[in-house]
Amino acid sequence: MVKISFEKLNSLFEKISEKYDLFVPTKKNDGQSYFEKWEQGKTVSDDLNTVRSAKDFFFPQHEDIVSFKLDGKNIEITDERREVRPFVMFGVRACDVRSFSILDKVFLSEPVDTFYKAKREKGIVISLACQKPSETCFCTTFGIDPTEPEGDIRAWKGNDCYYLEGVTEKGNALLSELSLEECDRTEVDAQIENTKKILDRLPLGKLDTDSFGGDKLKELFDSEKWASLSESCLGCGTCTFVCPTCQCYDIKDFETGHGVKRYRCWDSCMYSDFTKMAHGNPRLTQLERFRQRFMHKLVYFPANNSGEFGCVGCGRCLNKCPISMNIVKVMKTLKGEN
Amino acid sequence: MQEVMKNKAKELLASGEVRAVIGWKKGEFCYDITPAVFTNAEEIDNGFIYDDFCGANLSKYLIKEAHKDGKVLVFLKPCDTYSFNQLLSEHRINREKVYVVGVSCDGKVDIEKIKRTVGDGIIALSSDGDKISVETLYDKYEINRADALAERCVNCKSKKHVAYDELLGDEGEVLDSKRFDEVEMIENMTADERFEFWRNELSRCIRCNACRNVCPACSCEKCIFDNDNSGYVNKAPVTSFEENMFHIIRAFHVAGRCTDCGECSRVCPQGIPLHLLNRKFIKDINTLYGDYQAGEDPEARGPLTSYTEKDPEPSVVTDKE
Repeated sequence: MVKISFEKLNSLFEKISEKYDLFVPTKKNDGQSYFEKWEQGKTVSDDLNTVRSAKDFFFPQHEDIVSFKLDGKNIEITDERREVRPFVMFGVRACDVRSFSILDKVFLSEPVDTFYKAKREKGIVISLACQKPSETCFCTTFGIDPTEPEGDIRAWKGNDCYYLEGVTEKGNALLSELSLEECDRTEVDAQIENTKKILDRLPLGKLDTDSFGGDKLKELFDSEKWASLSESCLGCGTCTFVCPTCQCYDIKDFETGHGVKRYRCWDSCMYSDFTKMAHGNPRLTQLERFRQRFMHKLVYFPANNSGEFGCVGCGRCLNKCPISMNIVKVMKTLKGEN
Repeated sequence: MQEVMKNKAKELLASGEVRAVIGWKKGEFCYDITPAVFTNAEEIDNGFIYDDFCGANLSKYLIKEAHKDGKVLVFLKPCDTYSFNQLLSEHRINREKVYVVGVSCDGKVDIEKIKRTVGDGIIALSSDGDKISVETLYDKYEINRADALAERCVNCKSKKHVAYDELLGDEGEVLDSKRFDEVEMIENMTADERFEFWRNELSRCIRCNACRNVCPACSCEKCIFDNDNSGYVNKAPVTSFEENMFHIIRAFHVAGRCTDCGECSRVCPQGIPLHLLNRKFIKDINTLYGDYQAGEDPEARGPLTSYTEKDPEPSVVTDKE
């Protein structure tokens, strides 16, 4: 384990920035935190969650794929893929780090999504342990340990320094380039013990997931409770766009007048044209769209991925849904607790 | 107040006068309230709530609910009744199928403001007059209720219900609010500063459509931005032009119809002060066409949808700087 004092953090960031684009969570004037490219003067926010999740780095909201240009009878085709500069993300929380391995299962299995893969290979994740979890946090429900997050390097914020520990080969390689001061784990161990006591008191920390999973498909799909659960859903895309594991996208063509730009952008199962096909739309009302989102995370995803749920318990949908409907209320209602 | 409302709801459900009640349902915590349709006394007893966090405007749900058989009871706060009237004047709600119970409102509290003061981990909240006591996983706090009020309530335009069948609690007055102060501040910026202000705000837009979907004035059955055949469908704000365009078109479309209920800003996950765009239009309409409050009178003809010889010429806009 190595450490870097708060005073020296800027020079560390400077050093990282020589070879990499460095992104850190910073507070904006709306009082919320966003990942932004680090430059002198930018400080790391202590907020738990950024508004948008860290999935943006590997799976951005929109990305150009290819363009077609008409020239007489010729069509010029250009691959719009951009070269990605190696980058480092500092301060990613345990829930968001876990979301990467969930997205990997989707984008890195055959057929491999080369756009995602290119970014994934160029990115180094420095995670940051949580110390003051929120009432809306429930990552522990899904077996995530926010005191010892995954990532290439994991970090803890101490009283006057950050502690860093290499986890993967990529992480250790970066750490060895930075030549930081070796130290012991005393403060880190004390912090972990303290945070674990708080985790035990989280109101949503131990949600029961026994009623969900791939084998519960029919009974959950047919539940009569979806009607009342989806009743006041506005059909906006907030939950899906702030969610670190939502991965559906649409491919659109933009007509430029003399050609076409083809791009992909996030889609939302909450939208009326989601999975609209030539024959029409299989999900005609908000009930079916709403059900899709939760069935995907709690039933379909585990069915295809050895029981792993498609939720990391970050709590963003709890904080951001305009009508305060969310996966926790859905789970509790389907189980008959609400 | 909450108990009186619950009894009223149960009474009208029991007598068969209404088949359903649109109200607010309590959540997991003390602040995460969901609009809900209640159909029996048991549901009312178990979940109905009316407190500081019932900010959601329920009027838009009537478009769907008042299309069903039977009558529906809806609880509306003063500002919600303006939206209700506006929807009536646009023939979006069948008035005969709705029983409106007006409820008084002391302003609603914005949980985001509280979180910014006390931090994360709120596990208990209680309101006592001017003070709100908050208990988090880490500490206890007492904050002034006035400091936690939602922006739209700080600048409340009216405590008066402009539509109801029955009123619970006291009736209030139309207020002399300071809601145009911030608009004036933006008007006084230079064009470049103003552009920078709005770019800074709108650049955060993720096009989740929450502002549009919650807006009682946005009641088109098929929005142009959802219509594949329109040529304007864009699910992501791919360029700054698109970020701006969506909000500018929306502001134009609701101009003269927006009651300034403030739901757009309440629901924006990115904290964009969208209400300021609408207020600019309201202020300009007041100046150019005479004072007009959308939703005040369902029979009134809107300034932008009626013609008079005194209407300003287009030059009031085109001749400006």
